Amino acid sequence: MSKTLAFEEPIVKLREKISELEEYTTVNDVDLSTEIVNLKSRLAKLEKDIYENMEPWDRVQVARHPMRPTTTDYIQYLFEDFIELHGDRNFGDDEAIVGGIASFDQMPITVIGHQRGKDTKENVRRNFGMPHPEGYRKALRLMKQAEKFNRPIICFIDTKGAYPGKAAEERGQSEAIARNLVEMAGLKVPVISIVIGEGGSGGALALGVANHIHMLENSTYSVISPEGAASILWKDPKLAKQAAEAMKITAPDLKEMNIIDEIIPEVLGGAHRDANQQAIEIRDTLRRSLKTLFELSSEALIDARYEKFRNIGVFSE
Amino acid sequence: MSIRELFKKKSKEENHTIPSMKSKNDVPEGIMTKCPECKFVILTKDLMKNAKVCPECQHHYKMTAQERIEHLLDAESFESMDDHLKTENPLDFPSYTEKVQADSEATGLNEAVLTGVGTIQGKQVAVAIMDAHFRMGSMGSVVGEKITRTVEKATQLGIPMLIFSASGGARMQEGVLSLMQMAKVSVALKRHANKGLLFVSIMTYPTTGGVSASFASVGDINLAEPKALIGFAGRRVIEQTVREKLPEDFQTAEFLLSHGQVDAVVHRCDMVDVMDRIIKLHAGKETDRA
Repeated sequence: MSKTLAFEEPIVKLREKISELEEYTTVNDVDLSTEIVNLKSRLAKLEKDIYENMEPWDRVQVARHPMRPTTTDYIQYLFEDFIELHGDRNFGDDEAIVGGIASFDQMPITVIGHQRGKDTKENVRRNFGMPHPEGYRKALRLMKQAEKFNRPIICFIDTKGAYPGKAAEERGQSEAIARNLVEMAGLKVPVISIVIGEGGSGGALALGVANHIHMLENSTYSVISPEGAASILWKDPKLAKQAAEAMKITAPDLKEMNIIDEIIPEVLGGAHRDANQQAIEIRDTLRRSLKTLFELSSEALIDARYEKFRNIGVFSE
Repeated sequence: MSIRELFKKKSKEENHTIPSMKSKNDVPEGIMTKCPECKFVILTKDLMKNAKVCPECQHHYKMTAQERIEHLLDAESFESMDDHLKTENPLDFPSYTEKVQADSEATGLNEAVLTGVGTIQGKQVAVAIMDAHFRMGSMGSVVGEKITRTVEKATQLGIPMLIFSASGGARMQEGVLSLMQMAKVSVALKRHANKGLLFVSIMTYPTTGGVSASFASVGDINLAEPKALIGFAGRRVIEQTVREKLPEDFQTAEFLLSHGQVDAVVHRCDMVDVMDRIIKLHAGKETDRA
């Protein structure tokens, strides 16, 4: 894909070398096939080495990749009959959050997710996936609607955070997020949240009070961006790489802390390399999750959600 | 003015500014307090009698959790809970344990919130009082756990829950664990609400970030102290984002009142009376709406 990330450079260089050699053989009629085969096997090994040993900061880069599949991509791959439903019925329609109804394995579901743009124009329209209060209120409206019609709710988390702006404060950004946390706790239907990109702070959590939380292998979930953490803790945003490590924000970190349920494996090199294949991985996890949750009564679902969050925290007595 | 006079005056002043050891001992440290807003100087003793509110300009000084308990609850009625919980260092942040330890010694609290059960004008309530003198009142695992346990206690006893927020937000040193405390307190508040029980949130200086974006904003009744700083994002962050100067009163209690985010701004000297009336008006039989 178009954008090369710093940690991928050795791979890109090797790939370039191989294609140079291939070009050379076709133009000059020299047989370099053994060299090319050798280099290709070296490339495979290098890819495996690099992609299977990604540092937290590398994952942050992949999670932010401009071509990384977004909520609408996965909706297209995973669901049928999607109808987008707009607006919070109070103020407006926030395009930083997309929501609607669709079917998954012939079953009606409600799907809601943060929505980044893929280019500048779309990013402006979608406010870079950073919602205003009306976005969260739309999400809550659709969740309550799902509850009424007994549909499971699937949330995709992909935001740097709730938008820190004047209008957002005036319209009650805090209350909008807080209301979602409390109301999601009481939903009588299964709720599954999947972090597909960046899970930034309260703005992410507002779609995250779920029965099951899953994370794509290279996604992140944190209380603050690595840049923000670095500037608060060490007064230097350039230390973001160190902060990414120290803050423990990767899927394996959250799995170890018992906050998430499953790590969804990613296509080698990141979800952006094959969105379709990535959707298949997500579909398998979703099926498993829904099967487990369908066995629970409304009351049991609420209790299970309670227990899940009740038990998060590290302290001694 | 002659040169002679100039020297004379200076020597006179020096006499005033260097107190003898005797007078130093006569005036112990902190006997007077100067208002940071209007510079009015008051005997600390009198300030405490006035609930730490400046009688000149009505500036509400920050209160410690213990001072709040003394001011709010009936004398001797408070029984604290979970003072034994201890903060760990889950992300192995350098010097985090030491910082918490130092604040604990300075404040006499185990963490940034004091919780328990007591009475207001004879009526039983559960309270969680955050203290901004402890790590900026930030919320880590212990703060989240203590507040959650208090909410559960209130639900169990069928009594009102009051939370006095004073917090800079999430505790960075505990990473995503601190973020999840927002959800933890929220699920407990939902159970409390389902029993038809009252939750009053009182926002004091400052209530920002993750605390503002969770329990502090979802009281059945949201109150705020005058001029309290309340908001989601920091002022500087917003100014950098929107590239415009924000109004003077932005993110104050009064700003929130005019934007429909709080029910009332309550002067601290009226707080006990207002609480008493609110609790009295909710003293019906509890209902189960789960």
